[in-house]
Amino acid sequence: MSETKKFMYVNRHAPYGTVYALEGLEVVLIGAAFEQDVSMAFIGDGVFQLKQGQDTADSDMKNFSPAYRALGDYEVNCLYVERESLEERGLNEDDLMPLTWEDEDDDWAEKKSIHIVSRAQLSDLLEEQDVILNF
Amino acid sequence: MLHTVNKSPHDSSSLRTCLSLAKPGSDLLLIEDGVYGALSGSIHSDTIAERLNSVTIYALGPDLKARGISEDRLISGIKVTGYDGFVELASGNDKVQSWL
Repeated sequence: MSETKKFMYVNRHAPYGTVYALEGLEVVLIGAAFEQDVSMAFIGDGVFQLKQGQDTADSDMKNFSPAYRALGDYEVNCLYVERESLEERGLNEDDLMPLTWEDEDDDWAEKKSIHIVSRAQLSDLLEEQDVILNF
Repeated sequence: MLHTVNKSPHDSSSLRTCLSLAKPGSDLLLIEDGVYGALSGSIHSDTIAERLNSVTIYALGPDLKARGISEDRLISGIKVTGYDGFVELASGNDKVQSWL
């Protein structure tokens, strides 16, 4: 088996207005099949992807926000959200979807997938990666 | 004149440029990712709120709803309208300036 690499998907675009967010999410879900160490970062307008309460019933678009809940089942359970990006947009952690994953090494305990990190912490996380993919 | 802005104010200068050039009495409709400009408590909220006494600012309801933004989170004074209101604004103004 080949060596496991650290992959980080960096999401910087709001959902719906452009196709970046949906395409990025699909690539993460496909890439998860390759059993690498995958995490996601949400910075800038990317934090809007995780906003709770998205409802496209009146706008004739596909609401893909429920698909983020599937990430935990694909062992994508580290979603880093930059605190400064939230604050600049008038948002806080409670505005985000409550995403969780089940830890099989801890009796399937349900754990939070979203980690709010500072800009400085995110800078360090980027430095640790082997591969960074931007959407 | 009706101005429309469809980009997030965090990602594009469209809203800032529009607000700096719109004449008093103009209408501004925020659509698509432009509705993020209607959120209160952001770093752009004060700039937008300052123009509310001279420019009537609307946000398109279905685009707010798609993005999970409830009306109680908007800058006070911004009006929410639907597709029918969009049509009325477009037909009620002599010109439409789309800030793409």
